[in-house]
Amino acid sequence: MVEVTLWGSLAAAAEGNSKIEIEAKNIRELFERLRERFPRLEPLMARGIAVAIDGTIYRDTWSKELPAGAEIYLLPRLAGG
Amino acid sequence: MNFDPSHSKRSFSSVGTRPIRPDGVDKVTGRARYGADFNMPGQLVGRILRSPHAHAIIRKIDTSRAAQLPGVKAVLTAADLPDLTNGDAAMYDILDNCMARKKVLYDGHAVAAVAAIDARTAKQALKLIEVEYELLPHVTDVDQAFAPDAPLINDTIFTTGVDPKPDRPSNVSMRSQFGHGDVDAGMARADFVVERTFKTEQTHQGYIEPHACVASVSSDGTADLWVCTQGHFVYRQHCAQLLGMDASKLRVTSSEIGGGFGGKTHVWAEPVALALSRKAGRPVKLVMTRDEVFRASGPTSATSIDVKIGALTDGTIIAADATLRYSCGPYAGAWAEVGAMTAFACYKLENVRTVGYEVLVNRPKTAAYRAPSAPMAAFAVESAIDELAKKVGMDPVDFRIRNAAQEGTKASYGPVYGPIGIGPTLEAVKNHPHMKAPLGKNQGRGMACGFWFNFGGQTCTDLNIGMDGTVSLAVGTVDVGGSRASLSLVAAEELGIDYSQVRTVIADTSSLGYNDMTDGSRGTFSSSMATISAARNAIKILRERAAQMWDIPVEDVTWENGHAVAKGETHGNLPKLSLKEIAAASGTTGGPIAGHSEIVADGAGVSFATHICDIEVDPETGATKVLRYTVVQDAGKAVHPTYVEGQYQGGAAQGIGWALNEEYIYGKDGRLQNAGFLDYRIPVCSDLPMIDTQILEIPNPNHPYGVRGVGETSIVPPLAAVANAVSNAVGVRMLHIPMSPPRILAALEA
Repeated sequence: MVEVTLWGSLAAAAEGNSKIEIEAKNIRELFERLRERFPRLEPLMARGIAVAIDGTIYRDTWSKELPAGAEIYLLPRLAGG
Repeated sequence: MNFDPSHSKRSFSSVGTRPIRPDGVDKVTGRARYGADFNMPGQLVGRILRSPHAHAIIRKIDTSRAAQLPGVKAVLTAADLPDLTNGDAAMYDILDNCMARKKVLYDGHAVAAVAAIDARTAKQALKLIEVEYELLPHVTDVDQAFAPDAPLINDTIFTTGVDPKPDRPSNVSMRSQFGHGDVDAGMARADFVVERTFKTEQTHQGYIEPHACVASVSSDGTADLWVCTQGHFVYRQHCAQLLGMDASKLRVTSSEIGGGFGGKTHVWAEPVALALSRKAGRPVKLVMTRDEVFRASGPTSATSIDVKIGALTDGTIIAADATLRYSCGPYAGAWAEVGAMTAFACYKLENVRTVGYEVLVNRPKTAAYRAPSAPMAAFAVESAIDELAKKVGMDPVDFRIRNAAQEGTKASYGPVYGPIGIGPTLEAVKNHPHMKAPLGKNQGRGMACGFWFNFGGQTCTDLNIGMDGTVSLAVGTVDVGGSRASLSLVAAEELGIDYSQVRTVIADTSSLGYNDMTDGSRGTFSSSMATISAARNAIKILRERAAQMWDIPVEDVTWENGHAVAKGETHGNLPKLSLKEIAAASGTTGGPIAGHSEIVADGAGVSFATHICDIEVDPETGATKVLRYTVVQDAGKAVHPTYVEGQYQGGAAQGIGWALNEEYIYGKDGRLQNAGFLDYRIPVCSDLPMIDTQILEIPNPNHPYGVRGVGETSIVPPLAAVANAVSNAVGVRMLHIPMSPPRILAALEA
């Protein structure tokens, strides 16, 4: 079980939950559980979500493990210029 | 691939040196081939007809007279580009932007294209295309477009990010929000509050080389595209999807690039060139004019930003609040969202809230521009911070040091920071001689901080060792800022050979696995990780070959300074084998020696910078002159320090132009009035002082050498640093960028 923090707009689509406890061992599982639990997240997830684990932002490494007790923060998936 | 802490005290052999750039001779002798320098036998000239209106329904397009003109080989409209986007809204917007389908949405929107035997015929053909428009009300200003009664640009846009979902469409495509704590309660506790509204005008990246490509589609369905781009793999994906092609049948080769800065991360004319070639059955060359580049490609957002910051008497910021409205052209975007994330990222804040609104306007589709969206947010926040420091009675540097984020700080956009460099850049600025230099009459000094995320992404690299022992490195990240030199240094470092023995090339899309584009300051960061990995894989093979040559177990062979070394009591007396010797024998020890790597380079370290600007203002004319400018930025580890300094200077130069002169000027008719470098003035050498730089190295824990991206952060502080300098020089807070002479005079007279 890990605790996940959602940024403001994502929290609004997750029935107002800014923190969620969820059973997931890696980023892929986290996304699957979020989709199942909050279908309204789908458009935001389709646009792209990144996961910050203890401050390091992961955009594409969906196999990245979510260590117990780690700070896990969901962010929009951004690009640069 | 984590940072090796031993590297912090390691003496690198190649990394950190300053060899001459490998592409330099070709560039200064004219041998380098840019987008427009490629030609094919039988190629046609492509030209695009663009809308003169800001907003109109396309009632009818008659291309018959153009098609009958002798020398015209193909005429194209949206009817030739069927919608194959399969419900992908972002791809549909790209398709519609490449060729308008039902409405034109800005002055310069493409409506038709021709391919002809020469430029004169193509130009003549465009004049023969008749387009019947029904004009619609338009809006080009971000604040006017945000108003509830504004002309509606797209009736399918309903604001997302609000609850409940609106029942009416609007020009606001999305609301986003970030922050933590209780801002209202914090603000109520504040002893000092600054509240301001700032505006920035739309600017172009201003790359010197216009968009250019040559497309050649064969009758068997395979195709080639030579193009000036920051991401040829992404261009292949987009073009293939829009044209219904298999990606593997489209080979895209990137040319040298005369500047991109984010503007060459998006397809504009390339799908049109391919479609024209497919229709004509001949290669088509399409080069945008400067007028087209301004009217139809690349600008960043215009913005309107409200900022409110409160502080206690001891100088602690107790609450920070910002509402950011960013224009995104006539399509949905996510530009204010990035501004909202970066706005307060430099500071340790107990209570912070940022809200972003994406606003549709009848202007070209907004594109990324070097740390997209961050400079405008930094202008607003750093201006207000400066004003607040004065109210509190603190030196602006000390005020920032007191409130600077540090390792363990919860960032304003959410996560907790690892090791970061904002504090060290501020300390370096505090102690810099620039801050102590005297100022004269009508002169002012300003400083400001900036933040950018940096990104990694998908990366694939091949390292091949020739039989003579020299090394070819093939990478898929386009070299926009010197990455070929940096990656050669990294390969040389890992293999233990001289830099001159490595040549790095940018491979085409059929020669290498997928690579994300060169954006997000990722080129050297991600490709150096892949290069290190590829080199280590090659070393593994080199050790195996040496073991074979010696007939000893591979476990007894190590790699040291470019040589295989036999270890142990039994083999320790064997003379070491050089990379050259092992390569020379490769034909009889198992064939070619190579190292390959495919990675997702996540873990890019965030980056911070602090800039100082001295400026002189002529109070009679409003004219400004930048007298001195200093950049201090964290690079993690500077692979090629000269290129890092170049990135720092380039970002500062662009930011100074943005701060003082550059802006899109639209008439009441919605037409762009300054689509050329005479009327849209970017700074030239004589406008700028020597820009001093100071590289700090706070290692990124997620890179083996500690490297962070360096390309973008340098454009974040200049708008604010220059604005603070001008404000201090004239004694009036400047609220509107660019601070052109008329705007400075207006502020003085207000």
